[in-house]
Amino acid sequence: MTAAVDVREATFSYGDRPVIEDVSLTVETGEFLGLVGPNGSGKTTLLELVIGLRRPDSGTVSLFGEPAADLAAGERVGYVPQDVGEAAGGMPVTVEEVVRMGRYPHRLFRRFRGEDRRAVAAALERVGIADIADRRIGRLSGGQRQRAFIARALAAEADLLALDEPTVGVDAESREAFYDLLHELNDEGMTIVLIEHDIGVVTTHASEIACLNRALFFHGDPEAFVETDALAAAYGNAQHVVAHDH
Amino acid sequence: MTATIPLTTVDGGVIDRVLATLLDDLWGGLLDVLAGATGVEILASPFMQRAYLAAVCVALVGPLVGSFLVHREMAMIGDTLAHAAFAGVAAGLFVNAVFAVAVPPLATALVVAALAALVVQTLVDYAGAYRDTSLAIVLTGSFAVGSVLITAADGGIAVGINAYLFGSLATVSRANAGILLAMTTLVGLAVGAAYRPLVYVTFDEVGARAAGIDVTRYNRLLAVLTAVVVVGAMQIMGVILVAAMLVIPVAAASPVTGFRRSIAASVAAGLLATVAGVTLSYWYDVAAGGTIVITAIAVYATVSLGSRVRADLTARRNVDATATETLADGGGHGDRAE
Repeated sequence: MTAAVDVREATFSYGDRPVIEDVSLTVETGEFLGLVGPNGSGKTTLLELVIGLRRPDSGTVSLFGEPAADLAAGERVGYVPQDVGEAAGGMPVTVEEVVRMGRYPHRLFRRFRGEDRRAVAAALERVGIADIADRRIGRLSGGQRQRAFIARALAAEADLLALDEPTVGVDAESREAFYDLLHELNDEGMTIVLIEHDIGVVTTHASEIACLNRALFFHGDPEAFVETDALAAAYGNAQHVVAHDH
Repeated sequence: MTATIPLTTVDGGVIDRVLATLLDDLWGGLLDVLAGATGVEILASPFMQRAYLAAVCVALVGPLVGSFLVHREMAMIGDTLAHAAFAGVAAGLFVNAVFAVAVPPLATALVVAALAALVVQTLVDYAGAYRDTSLAIVLTGSFAVGSVLITAADGGIAVGINAYLFGSLATVSRANAGILLAMTTLVGLAVGAAYRPLVYVTFDEVGARAAGIDVTRYNRLLAVLTAVVVVGAMQIMGVILVAAMLVIPVAAASPVTGFRRSIAASVAAGLLATVAGVTLSYWYDVAAGGTIVITAIAVYATVSLGSRVRADLTARRNVDATATETLADGGGHGDRAE
Protein backbone atom coordinates (compact mmCIF):
# COMPACT_ATOMS: atom_id res chain seq x y z
CA MET A 1 0.00 0.00 0.00
CA THR A 2 1.39 3.43 -0.93
CA ALA A 3 1.75 6.07 1.73
CA ALA A 4 -0.68 9.00 1.57
CA VAL A 5 2.24 11.44 1.50
CA ASP A 6 5.83 10.66 0.56
CA VAL A 7 8.33 13.53 0.65
CA ARG A 8 11.86 12.59 -0.46
CA GLU A 9 14.82 14.90 -0.06
CA ALA A 10 12.67 17.87 -0.97
CA THR A 11 14.27 21.30 -1.19
CA PHE A 12 12.51 24.57 -1.90
CA SER A 13 13.65 28.20 -1.99
CA TYR A 14 12.01 31.56 -2.57
CA GLY A 15 14.57 33.12 -4.87
CA ASP A 16 17.88 32.49 -3.14
CA ARG A 17 16.32 32.09 0.30
CA PRO A 18 16.07 28.39 1.15
CA VAL A 19 12.90 27.50 3.06
CA ILE A 20 12.87 23.72 2.95
CA GLU A 21 16.16 21.82 2.95
CA ASP A 22 16.45 18.14 2.23
CA VAL A 23 13.26 17.10 4.00
CA SER A 24 12.14 13.48 3.82
CA LEU A 25 8.88 12.49 5.44
CA THR A 26 6.13 9.94 4.96
CA VAL A 27 2.57 10.06 6.18
CA GLU A 28 0.80 6.72 6.13
CA THR A 29 -2.88 6.46 5.34
CA GLY A 30 -4.93 7.10 8.46
CA GLU A 31 -2.14 8.94 10.24
CA PHE A 32 -2.60 12.28 12.03
CA LEU A 33 0.57 14.28 11.55
CA GLY A 34 1.17 17.41 13.59
CA LEU A 35 3.63 19.78 11.95
CA VAL A 36 5.34 22.12 14.40
CA GLY A 37 8.16 24.63 14.20
CA PRO A 38 8.93 28.28 14.90
CA ASN A 39 7.55 31.12 12.77
CA GLY A 40 9.14 31.21 9.34
CA SER A 41 10.32 27.61 9.65
CA GLY A 42 8.74 26.58 6.35
CA LYS A 43 5.73 24.71 7.77
CA THR A 44 3.24 26.32 5.42
CA THR A 45 5.59 25.87 2.45
CA LEU A 46 5.98 22.17 3.27
CA LEU A 47 2.21 21.83 3.49
CA GLU A 48 1.87 23.59 0.12
CA LEU A 49 4.40 21.17 -1.36
CA VAL A 50 2.48 18.24 0.08
CA ILE A 51 -0.85 19.27 -1.42
CA GLY A 52 0.73 20.19 -4.75
CA LEU A 53 0.38 23.99 -4.63
CA ARG A 54 4.14 24.23 -5.16
CA ARG A 55 6.77 22.08 -6.82
CA PRO A 56 10.02 21.23 -4.99
CA ASP A 57 13.21 22.63 -6.54
CA SER A 58 14.75 19.22 -6.05
CA GLY A 59 13.61 15.95 -4.55
CA THR A 60 10.10 14.56 -4.93
CA VAL A 61 6.76 14.97 -3.22
CA SER A 62 4.18 12.26 -3.87
CA LEU A 63 0.55 12.31 -2.89
CA PHE A 64 -1.29 8.98 -3.08
CA GLY A 65 1.60 7.67 -5.17
CA GLU A 66 1.53 10.45 -7.77
CA PRO A 67 3.66 13.61 -7.99
CA ALA A 68 1.69 16.02 -5.78
CA ALA A 69 1.81 18.97 -8.20
CA ASP A 70 0.40 16.81 -11.03
CA LEU A 71 -2.30 15.08 -9.03
CA ALA A 72 -5.41 15.14 -11.17
CA ALA A 73 -7.75 13.97 -8.43
CA GLY A 74 -8.00 17.30 -6.62
CA GLU A 75 -11.06 16.17 -4.70
CA ARG A 76 -8.87 13.83 -2.63
CA VAL A 77 -7.31 16.79 -0.80
CA GLY A 78 -9.29 18.97 1.56
CA TYR A 79 -7.49 22.20 2.38
CA VAL A 80 -8.44 24.39 5.32
CA PRO A 81 -6.60 27.71 5.08
CA GLN A 82 -5.14 29.68 7.95
CA ASP A 83 -7.61 32.51 8.07
CA VAL A 84 -10.85 31.42 6.50
CA GLY A 85 -12.41 34.66 7.63
CA GLU A 86 -10.11 36.34 5.16
CA ALA A 87 -11.05 33.86 2.45
CA ALA A 88 -14.73 34.50 2.97
CA GLY A 89 -14.36 38.26 2.67
CA GLY A 90 -17.60 40.02 1.94
CA MET A 91 -18.81 37.50 -0.59
CA PRO A 92 -22.43 36.67 0.21
CA VAL A 93 -22.03 32.88 -0.11
CA THR A 94 -23.98 30.66 2.25
CA VAL A 95 -22.53 27.79 4.26
CA GLU A 96 -24.27 25.35 1.94
CA GLU A 97 -22.82 27.03 -1.15
CA VAL A 98 -19.34 26.61 0.34
CA VAL A 99 -19.92 22.95 1.13
CA ARG A 100 -21.29 22.39 -2.39
CA MET A 101 -17.90 23.56 -3.69
CA GLY A 102 -16.56 20.29 -2.32
CA ARG A 103 -18.49 18.52 -5.08
CA TYR A 104 -17.20 20.81 -7.82
CA PRO A 105 -14.06 18.76 -8.58
CA HIS A 106 -16.44 15.84 -9.18
CA ARG A 107 -18.89 17.88 -11.26
CA LEU A 108 -17.23 20.99 -12.54
CA PHE A 109 -19.71 21.43 -15.37
CA ARG A 110 -22.37 18.72 -15.22
CA ARG A 111 -25.55 18.89 -13.16
CA PHE A 112 -25.53 17.75 -9.55
CA ARG A 113 -27.02 14.32 -9.01
CA GLY A 114 -28.64 12.75 -5.98
CA GLU A 115 -25.30 11.49 -4.70
CA ASP A 116 -23.85 15.02 -4.77
CA ARG A 117 -26.75 16.45 -2.80
CA ARG A 118 -26.57 13.56 -0.35
CA ALA A 119 -22.82 14.10 0.15
CA VAL A 120 -23.40 17.80 0.88
CA ALA A 121 -26.23 17.10 3.32
CA ALA A 122 -24.22 14.38 5.08
CA ALA A 123 -21.15 16.64 5.39
CA LEU A 124 -23.21 19.47 6.89
CA GLU A 125 -24.74 17.00 9.31
CA ARG A 126 -21.41 15.37 10.20
CA VAL A 127 -19.75 18.56 11.42
CA GLY A 128 -22.94 19.82 13.06
CA ILE A 129 -23.72 22.88 10.94
CA ALA A 130 -26.83 21.68 9.09
CA ASP A 131 -28.94 24.16 11.06
CA ILE A 132 -26.91 27.13 9.80
CA ALA A 133 -26.64 25.97 6.17
CA ASP A 134 -28.49 29.06 4.89
CA ARG A 135 -26.40 31.57 6.83
CA ARG A 136 -23.73 33.71 5.24
CA ILE A 137 -20.29 32.23 5.82
CA GLY A 138 -18.80 35.66 6.51
CA ARG A 139 -21.13 36.19 9.47
CA LEU A 140 -20.26 33.00 11.33
CA SER A 141 -17.92 32.64 14.27
CA GLY A 142 -14.39 31.41 13.52
CA GLY A 143 -15.16 27.94 14.83
CA GLN A 144 -18.30 27.55 12.72
CA ARG A 145 -16.46 28.78 9.65
CA GLN A 146 -13.73 26.19 10.13
CA ARG A 147 -16.38 23.50 10.40
CA ALA A 148 -17.83 24.67 7.09
CA PHE A 149 -14.41 24.24 5.47
CA ILE A 150 -14.10 20.75 6.99
CA ALA A 151 -17.57 19.97 5.64
CA ARG A 152 -16.43 21.10 2.19
CA ALA A 153 -13.59 18.57 2.37
CA LEU A 154 -15.96 15.84 3.60
CA ALA A 155 -18.41 16.59 0.78
CA ALA A 156 -15.49 16.17 -1.64
CA GLU A 157 -14.90 12.75 -0.04
CA ALA A 158 -11.31 13.83 0.53
CA ASP A 159 -8.81 11.27 1.78
CA LEU A 160 -6.44 13.85 3.21
CA LEU A 161 -7.19 16.93 5.28
CA ALA A 162 -4.50 19.62 5.24
CA LEU A 163 -4.98 22.34 7.85
CA ASP A 164 -2.80 25.39 8.36
CA GLU A 165 -3.21 26.72 11.92
CA PRO A 166 -6.97 26.38 11.63
CA THR A 167 -7.88 27.71 15.06
CA VAL A 168 -6.15 31.08 15.01
CA GLY A 169 -8.69 33.54 16.37
CA VAL A 170 -11.09 30.82 17.52
CA ASP A 171 -12.22 30.87 21.14
CA ALA A 172 -10.93 28.16 23.50
CA GLU A 173 -14.17 26.22 23.80
CA SER A 174 -14.77 26.01 20.04
CA ARG A 175 -11.13 25.05 19.62
CA GLU A 176 -11.49 22.05 21.88
CA ALA A 177 -14.63 20.97 20.03
CA PHE A 178 -12.86 21.48 16.71
CA TYR A 179 -9.93 19.27 17.68
CA ASP A 180 -12.31 16.65 19.04
CA LEU A 181 -13.96 16.64 15.61
CA LEU A 182 -10.59 16.21 13.89
CA HIS A 183 -9.82 13.38 16.28
CA GLU A 184 -13.10 11.64 15.43
CA LEU A 185 -12.54 12.05 11.69
CA ASN A 186 -9.06 10.59 12.10
CA ASP A 187 -10.52 7.63 13.98
CA GLU A 188 -12.88 7.10 11.05
CA GLY A 189 -9.86 6.78 8.74
CA MET A 190 -9.17 10.35 7.52
CA THR A 191 -5.48 11.15 7.04
CA ILE A 192 -4.68 14.53 8.57
CA VAL A 193 -1.74 16.91 8.27
CA LEU A 194 -2.06 19.77 10.73
CA ILE A 195 0.11 22.81 11.26
CA GLU A 196 -0.37 24.10 14.78
CA HIS A 197 1.63 26.54 16.83
CA ASP A 198 0.23 25.21 20.10
CA ILE A 199 2.51 22.24 20.79
CA GLY A 200 0.31 21.04 23.63
CA VAL A 201 -2.64 20.61 21.24
CA VAL A 202 -0.52 18.72 18.72
CA THR A 203 0.97 16.32 21.22
CA THR A 204 -2.51 15.60 22.60
CA HIS A 205 -4.27 14.89 19.30
CA ALA A 206 -1.70 13.89 16.67
CA SER A 207 -0.43 10.36 16.20
CA GLU A 208 2.86 11.58 14.70
CA ILE A 209 4.87 14.75 15.12
CA ALA A 210 7.20 16.40 12.63
CA CYS A 211 9.30 19.27 13.94
CA LEU A 212 10.60 21.55 11.24
CA ASN A 213 12.91 24.48 10.94
CA ARG A 214 13.99 24.44 7.31
CA ALA A 215 15.32 20.93 7.92
CA LEU A 216 13.45 18.21 9.73
CA PHE A 217 14.49 18.06 13.40
CA PHE A 218 12.20 15.29 14.53
CA HIS A 219 9.70 12.82 13.13
CA GLY A 220 8.10 10.29 15.41
CA ASP A 221 5.36 9.75 17.95
CA PRO A 222 4.33 12.46 20.42
CA GLU A 223 5.61 10.60 23.49
CA ALA A 224 9.10 10.37 22.03
CA PHE A 225 8.89 13.99 20.88
CA VAL A 226 8.39 15.43 24.36
CA GLU A 227 11.35 13.36 25.58
CA THR A 228 13.82 14.64 23.00
CA ASP A 229 15.46 18.02 22.76
CA ALA A 230 14.35 18.38 19.11
CA LEU A 231 12.09 21.25 20.07
CA ALA A 232 14.85 23.22 21.70
CA ALA A 233 17.12 22.49 18.77
CA ALA A 234 14.52 23.60 16.22
CA TYR A 235 13.53 26.72 18.10
CA GLY A 236 17.11 27.51 18.94
CA ASN A 237 16.43 28.21 22.62
CA ALA A 238 14.70 26.81 25.63
CA GLN A 239 11.07 26.17 24.85
CA HIS A 240 8.82 24.14 27.07
CA VAL A 241 5.84 22.11 26.12
CA VAL A 242 2.91 23.75 27.79
CA ALA A 243 0.96 21.19 29.75
CA HIS A 244 -2.71 21.03 28.90
CA ASP A 245 -5.05 19.73 31.53
CA HIS A 246 -8.52 20.15 30.20
CA MET B 1 -19.21 56.04 -37.63
CA THR B 2 -20.23 52.49 -37.07
CA ALA B 3 -23.77 53.17 -38.15
CA THR B 4 -22.62 53.37 -41.74
CA ILE B 5 -21.15 49.89 -41.74
CA PRO B 6 -23.76 47.43 -42.90
CA LEU B 7 -23.79 44.03 -41.25
CA THR B 8 -24.35 42.47 -44.64
CA THR B 9 -20.62 42.80 -45.30
CA VAL B 10 -20.11 39.98 -42.81
CA ASP B 11 -22.40 37.67 -44.64
CA GLY B 12 -25.63 37.30 -46.34
CA GLY B 13 -29.10 37.77 -45.27
CA VAL B 14 -28.89 35.27 -42.40
CA ILE B 15 -27.63 37.72 -39.80
CA ASP B 16 -29.97 40.39 -41.15
CA ARG B 17 -32.92 38.08 -40.87
CA VAL B 18 -32.04 36.93 -37.36
CA LEU B 19 -31.62 40.56 -36.34
CA ALA B 20 -34.94 41.49 -37.91
CA THR B 21 -36.69 38.70 -36.03
CA LEU B 22 -35.09 39.48 -32.67
CA LEU B 23 -34.98 43.24 -32.88
CA ASP B 24 -38.12 44.14 -34.82
CA ASP B 25 -40.51 41.24 -34.37
CA LEU B 26 -39.77 40.08 -30.83
CA TRP B 27 -38.34 43.05 -28.95
CA GLY B 28 -40.00 45.76 -31.07
CA GLY B 29 -43.31 43.91 -31.00
CA LEU B 30 -43.14 43.49 -27.23
CA LEU B 31 -42.43 47.17 -26.63
CA ASP B 32 -45.12 48.20 -29.14
CA VAL B 33 -47.65 46.19 -27.16
CA LEU B 34 -46.31 47.73 -23.95
CA ALA B 35 -46.57 51.21 -25.48
CA GLY B 36 -50.15 50.52 -26.56
CA ALA B 37 -51.11 49.21 -23.13
CA THR B 38 -49.45 51.95 -21.09
CA GLY B 39 -49.75 54.88 -23.46
CA VAL B 40 -46.04 55.60 -23.04
CA GLU B 41 -45.16 56.69 -26.53
CA ILE B 42 -41.37 56.54 -26.35
CA LEU B 43 -41.60 52.76 -26.08
CA ALA B 44 -42.86 52.65 -29.65
CA SER B 45 -39.98 54.57 -31.25
CA PRO B 46 -37.41 52.26 -32.87
CA PHE B 47 -34.60 54.48 -31.61
CA MET B 48 -35.70 54.12 -27.99
CA GLN B 49 -36.48 50.46 -28.49
CA ARG B 50 -32.82 49.93 -29.38
CA ALA B 51 -31.73 52.06 -26.43
CA TYR B 52 -33.86 49.98 -24.05
CA LEU B 53 -32.48 46.79 -25.56
CA ALA B 54 -28.96 48.07 -24.89
CA ALA B 55 -30.02 49.04 -21.37
CA VAL B 56 -31.33 45.55 -20.66
CA CYS B 57 -28.22 43.88 -22.11
CA VAL B 58 -25.88 46.08 -20.06
CA ALA B 59 -27.91 45.43 -16.90
CA LEU B 60 -27.66 41.69 -17.49
CA VAL B 61 -23.97 41.26 -18.23
CA GLY B 62 -22.47 44.06 -16.13
CA PRO B 63 -23.55 42.73 -12.72
CA LEU B 64 -23.19 39.12 -13.90
CA VAL B 65 -19.46 39.51 -14.50
CA GLY B 66 -19.09 42.25 -11.90
CA SER B 67 -20.24 39.92 -9.10
CA PHE B 68 -17.08 37.87 -9.58
CA LEU B 69 -14.82 40.92 -9.93
CA VAL B 70 -16.12 42.81 -6.90
CA HIS B 71 -15.72 39.84 -4.58
CA ARG B 72 -12.15 39.35 -5.75
CA GLU B 73 -11.46 43.01 -5.08
CA MET B 74 -10.75 43.46 -8.77
CA ALA B 75 -13.44 46.03 -9.41
CA MET B 76 -10.99 48.42 -11.03
CA ILE B 77 -10.07 46.00 -13.80
CA GLY B 78 -13.28 47.11 -15.53
CA ASP B 79 -12.07 50.70 -15.60
CA THR B 80 -8.67 49.63 -16.92
CA LEU B 81 -10.16 47.57 -19.72
CA ALA B 82 -12.54 50.38 -20.61
CA HIS B 83 -9.58 52.65 -21.20
CA ALA B 84 -7.94 49.91 -23.24
CA ALA B 85 -11.14 49.68 -25.25
CA PHE B 86 -10.90 53.42 -25.81
CA ALA B 87 -7.46 52.91 -27.33
CA GLY B 88 -9.07 50.24 -29.50
CA VAL B 89 -11.81 52.60 -30.66
CA ALA B 90 -9.21 55.25 -31.41
CA ALA B 91 -7.16 52.71 -33.36
CA GLY B 92 -10.23 51.70 -35.34
CA LEU B 93 -11.19 55.27 -36.16
CA PHE B 94 -7.55 56.05 -37.01
CA VAL B 95 -7.28 53.12 -39.40
CA ASN B 96 -10.58 54.09 -40.99
CA ALA B 97 -9.53 57.70 -41.43
CA VAL B 98 -5.99 57.08 -42.65
CA PHE B 99 -6.37 53.96 -44.79
CA ALA B 100 -9.94 54.49 -45.95
CA VAL B 101 -11.07 51.03 -44.89
CA ALA B 102 -14.20 50.09 -43.02
CA VAL B 103 -13.20 48.48 -39.72
CA PRO B 104 -15.90 48.77 -37.06
CA PRO B 105 -14.37 50.59 -34.05
CA LEU B 106 -16.25 48.20 -31.77
CA ALA B 107 -14.32 45.30 -33.28
CA THR B 108 -10.94 46.95 -32.74
CA ALA B 109 -12.06 47.94 -29.23
CA LEU B 110 -12.93 44.33 -28.47
CA VAL B 111 -9.58 43.03 -29.73
CA VAL B 112 -7.52 45.63 -27.87
CA ALA B 113 -9.51 45.26 -24.64
CA ALA B 114 -9.25 41.45 -24.73
CA LEU B 115 -5.49 41.68 -25.30
CA ALA B 116 -5.21 44.19 -22.45
CA ALA B 117 -7.18 41.79 -20.24
CA LEU B 118 -4.63 39.07 -20.89
CA VAL B 119 -1.73 41.48 -20.32
CA VAL B 120 -3.24 42.62 -17.01
CA GLN B 121 -3.82 39.04 -15.91
CA THR B 122 -0.25 38.08 -16.80
CA LEU B 123 1.11 41.11 -14.92
CA VAL B 124 -1.00 40.20 -11.91
CA ASP B 125 0.20 36.58 -12.05
CA TYR B 126 3.83 37.62 -12.10
CA ALA B 127 3.74 40.70 -9.90
CA GLY B 128 1.40 39.13 -7.36
CA ALA B 129 0.40 41.73 -4.85
CA TYR B 130 1.09 44.73 -7.09
CA ARG B 131 -2.29 44.59 -8.74
CA ASP B 132 -2.94 48.30 -8.42
CA THR B 133 0.31 49.17 -10.12
CA SER B 134 -0.29 46.79 -13.03
CA LEU B 135 -3.78 48.16 -13.54
CA ALA B 136 -2.64 51.77 -13.37
CA ILE B 137 0.09 51.17 -15.95
CA VAL B 138 -2.25 49.49 -18.43
CA LEU B 139 -5.03 52.06 -17.79
CA THR B 140 -2.95 55.18 -18.33
CA GLY B 141 -0.82 53.54 -21.04
CA SER B 142 -3.80 52.65 -23.19
CA PHE B 143 -5.46 56.01 -22.69
CA ALA B 144 -2.17 57.61 -23.76
CA VAL B 145 -2.07 55.52 -26.94
CA GLY B 146 -5.70 56.46 -27.62
CA SER B 147 -5.09 60.17 -27.22
CA VAL B 148 -2.00 60.04 -29.46
CA LEU B 149 -3.90 58.20 -32.20
CA ILE B 150 -6.77 60.71 -32.11
CA THR B 151 -4.53 63.73 -32.48
CA ALA B 152 -2.35 62.01 -35.08
CA ALA B 153 -5.29 61.90 -37.50
CA ASP B 154 -5.56 65.71 -37.55
CA GLY B 155 -8.44 66.01 -35.17
CA GLY B 156 -10.89 64.71 -37.75
CA ILE B 157 -11.92 61.79 -35.55
CA ALA B 158 -12.10 63.78 -32.34
CA VAL B 159 -15.76 64.39 -33.02
CA GLY B 160 -16.59 60.69 -33.20
CA ILE B 161 -14.64 59.88 -30.07
CA ASN B 162 -16.84 61.99 -27.79
CA ALA B 163 -19.72 59.58 -28.14
CA TYR B 164 -17.48 56.76 -26.96
CA LEU B 165 -16.01 58.74 -24.07
CA PHE B 166 -19.30 59.80 -22.56
CA GLY B 167 -21.69 57.33 -24.10
CA SER B 168 -24.69 58.12 -26.17
CA LEU B 169 -27.97 56.50 -27.05
CA ALA B 170 -27.34 57.59 -30.63
CA THR B 171 -24.43 55.14 -31.02
CA VAL B 172 -26.82 52.22 -30.60
CA SER B 173 -27.40 51.64 -34.29
CA ARG B 174 -29.15 48.54 -35.54
CA ALA B 175 -25.82 46.86 -36.14
CA ASN B 176 -24.50 47.82 -32.72
CA ALA B 177 -27.67 46.56 -31.04
CA GLY B 178 -27.10 43.26 -32.82
CA ILE B 179 -23.47 43.13 -31.69
CA LEU B 180 -24.50 43.92 -28.11
CA LEU B 181 -27.14 41.19 -28.21
CA ALA B 182 -24.56 38.68 -29.45
CA MET B 183 -22.06 39.75 -26.78
CA THR B 184 -24.70 39.41 -24.08
CA THR B 185 -25.57 35.92 -25.23
CA LEU B 186 -21.90 34.95 -25.36
CA VAL B 187 -21.14 36.30 -21.87
CA GLY B 188 -24.30 34.72 -20.43
CA LEU B 189 -23.45 31.32 -21.86
CA ALA B 190 -19.81 31.51 -20.79
CA VAL B 191 -20.62 32.48 -17.20
CA GLY B 192 -23.38 29.87 -17.09
CA ALA B 193 -21.01 27.15 -18.27
CA ALA B 194 -18.06 28.15 -16.07
CA TYR B 195 -20.16 29.20 -13.06
CA ARG B 196 -18.77 26.61 -10.64
CA PRO B 197 -15.05 27.07 -11.27
CA LEU B 198 -15.56 30.86 -11.30
CA VAL B 199 -17.34 30.74 -7.94
CA TYR B 200 -14.71 28.47 -6.42
CA VAL B 201 -11.81 30.62 -7.65
CA THR B 202 -13.56 33.80 -6.51
CA PHE B 203 -14.28 32.48 -3.04
CA ASP B 204 -11.04 30.66 -2.27
CA GLU B 205 -8.30 30.74 -4.88
CA VAL B 206 -5.87 28.57 -2.91
CA GLY B 207 -8.58 26.04 -2.08
CA ALA B 208 -9.54 25.93 -5.77
CA ARG B 209 -5.94 25.23 -6.76
CA ALA B 210 -5.71 22.52 -4.11
CA ALA B 211 -8.91 21.03 -5.55
CA GLY B 212 -7.20 20.77 -8.94
CA ILE B 213 -9.02 23.65 -10.66
CA ASP B 214 -6.95 25.48 -13.28
CA VAL B 215 -7.10 28.87 -11.58
CA THR B 216 -5.08 30.73 -14.23
CA ARG B 217 -7.44 29.61 -16.97
CA TYR B 218 -10.51 30.92 -15.16
CA ASN B 219 -8.81 34.14 -14.17
CA ARG B 220 -8.08 34.74 -17.85
CA LEU B 221 -11.61 33.82 -18.82
CA LEU B 222 -12.99 36.31 -16.31
CA ALA B 223 -10.65 39.05 -17.57
CA VAL B 224 -11.62 38.47 -21.21
CA LEU B 225 -15.34 38.35 -20.33
CA THR B 226 -14.86 41.67 -18.55
CA ALA B 227 -13.36 43.07 -21.74
CA VAL B 228 -16.38 41.89 -23.74
CA VAL B 229 -18.81 43.42 -21.23
CA VAL B 230 -16.94 46.71 -21.15
CA VAL B 231 -16.89 47.03 -24.94
CA GLY B 232 -20.56 46.15 -25.18
CA ALA B 233 -21.66 48.52 -22.45
CA MET B 234 -19.33 51.31 -23.56
CA GLN B 235 -21.74 52.45 -26.29
CA ILE B 236 -24.32 53.85 -23.95
CA MET B 237 -22.26 54.15 -20.76
CA GLY B 238 -19.15 55.76 -22.14
CA VAL B 239 -15.54 54.69 -21.48
CA ILE B 240 -15.24 56.73 -18.34
CA LEU B 241 -18.37 55.43 -16.64
CA VAL B 242 -18.72 51.89 -17.94
CA ALA B 243 -17.00 50.29 -14.92
CA ALA B 244 -19.86 51.56 -12.75
CA MET B 245 -22.16 48.88 -14.14
CA LEU B 246 -19.72 46.19 -12.99
CA VAL B 247 -19.60 47.53 -9.46
CA ILE B 248 -22.59 49.58 -8.26
CA PRO B 249 -25.41 47.05 -8.86
CA VAL B 250 -23.25 44.39 -7.16
CA ALA B 251 -22.73 46.68 -4.18
CA ALA B 252 -26.47 47.36 -4.08
CA ALA B 253 -27.14 43.60 -3.91
CA SER B 254 -24.63 42.96 -1.13
CA PRO B 255 -27.26 42.61 1.65
CA VAL B 256 -28.70 39.59 -0.16
CA THR B 257 -27.57 36.23 1.23
CA GLY B 258 -26.51 33.50 -1.18
CA PHE B 259 -24.25 34.11 -4.16
CA ARG B 260 -26.73 33.01 -6.85
CA ARG B 261 -29.45 35.14 -5.31
CA SER B 262 -27.09 38.10 -4.96
CA ILE B 263 -26.28 37.88 -8.70
CA ALA B 264 -30.00 37.89 -9.50
CA ALA B 265 -30.53 40.85 -7.18
CA SER B 266 -27.64 42.78 -8.73
CA VAL B 267 -29.09 42.21 -12.21
CA ALA B 268 -32.43 43.52 -10.92
CA ALA B 269 -30.72 46.60 -9.47
CA GLY B 270 -28.90 47.04 -12.78
CA LEU B 271 -32.15 46.82 -14.76
CA LEU B 272 -33.78 49.41 -12.54
CA ALA B 273 -30.82 51.76 -12.99
CA THR B 274 -30.38 51.37 -16.75
CA VAL B 275 -34.05 51.46 -17.74
CA ALA B 276 -34.79 54.43 -15.47
CA GLY B 277 -31.54 56.08 -16.54
CA VAL B 278 -32.22 55.73 -20.27
CA THR B 279 -35.74 57.10 -19.79
CA LEU B 280 -34.57 60.10 -17.76
CA SER B 281 -31.74 60.71 -20.20
CA TYR B 282 -34.27 60.88 -23.06
CA TRP B 283 -36.74 63.11 -21.19
CA TYR B 284 -34.19 65.65 -20.07
CA ASP B 285 -31.84 65.23 -23.03
CA VAL B 286 -28.75 64.58 -20.88
CA ALA B 287 -25.94 62.01 -21.13
CA ALA B 288 -27.20 58.45 -20.82
CA GLY B 289 -24.14 57.04 -19.05
CA GLY B 290 -24.13 59.67 -16.34
CA THR B 291 -27.87 59.38 -15.76
CA ILE B 292 -27.62 55.61 -15.43
CA VAL B 293 -24.73 55.85 -12.95
CA ILE B 294 -26.52 58.44 -10.80
CA THR B 295 -29.66 56.28 -10.81
CA ALA B 296 -27.60 53.22 -9.87
CA ILE B 297 -26.00 55.06 -6.97
CA ALA B 298 -29.46 56.17 -5.82
CA VAL B 299 -30.59 52.53 -5.87
CA TYR B 300 -27.49 51.53 -3.91
CA ALA B 301 -27.99 54.29 -1.33
CA THR B 302 -31.66 53.41 -0.87
CA VAL B 303 -30.93 49.71 -0.44
CA SER B 304 -28.05 50.34 1.99
CA LEU B 305 -30.15 52.68 4.09
CA GLY B 306 -33.08 50.26 4.00
CA SER B 307 -31.02 47.27 5.09
CA ARG B 308 -29.36 49.30 7.86
CA VAL B 309 -32.73 50.40 9.21
CA ARG B 310 -34.04 46.85 8.98
CA ALA B 311 -31.00 45.48 10.85
CA ASP B 312 -31.51 48.05 13.60
CA LEU B 313 -35.20 47.18 13.90
CA THR B 314 -34.42 43.44 14.04
CA ALA B 315 -31.80 44.01 16.72
CA ARG B 316 -34.25 46.08 18.77
CA ARG B 317 -36.99 43.48 18.38
CA ASN B 318 -34.59 40.75 19.54
CA VAL B 319 -33.65 42.77 22.58
CA ASP B 320 -37.34 43.29 23.37
CA ALA B 321 -38.10 39.61 22.83
CA THR B 322 -35.23 38.59 25.10
CA ALA B 323 -36.39 40.99 27.79
CA THR B 324 -39.95 39.66 27.59
CA GLU B 325 -38.74 36.06 27.66
CA THR B 326 -36.56 36.76 30.66
CA LEU B 327 -39.46 38.38 32.49
CA ALA B 328 -41.81 35.50 31.61
CA ASP B 329 -39.49 32.64 32.59
CA GLY B 330 -37.60 34.45 35.23
CA GLY B 331 -34.50 33.31 33.35
CA GLY B 332 -33.59 31.81 29.97
CA HIS B 333 -31.63 33.51 27.28
CA GLY B 334 -32.09 34.64 23.75
CA ASP B 335 -30.16 32.58 21.22
CA ARG B 336 -28.64 35.23 19.09
CA ALA B 337 -25.12 33.86 18.80
CA GLU B 338 -23.56 34.78 15.49
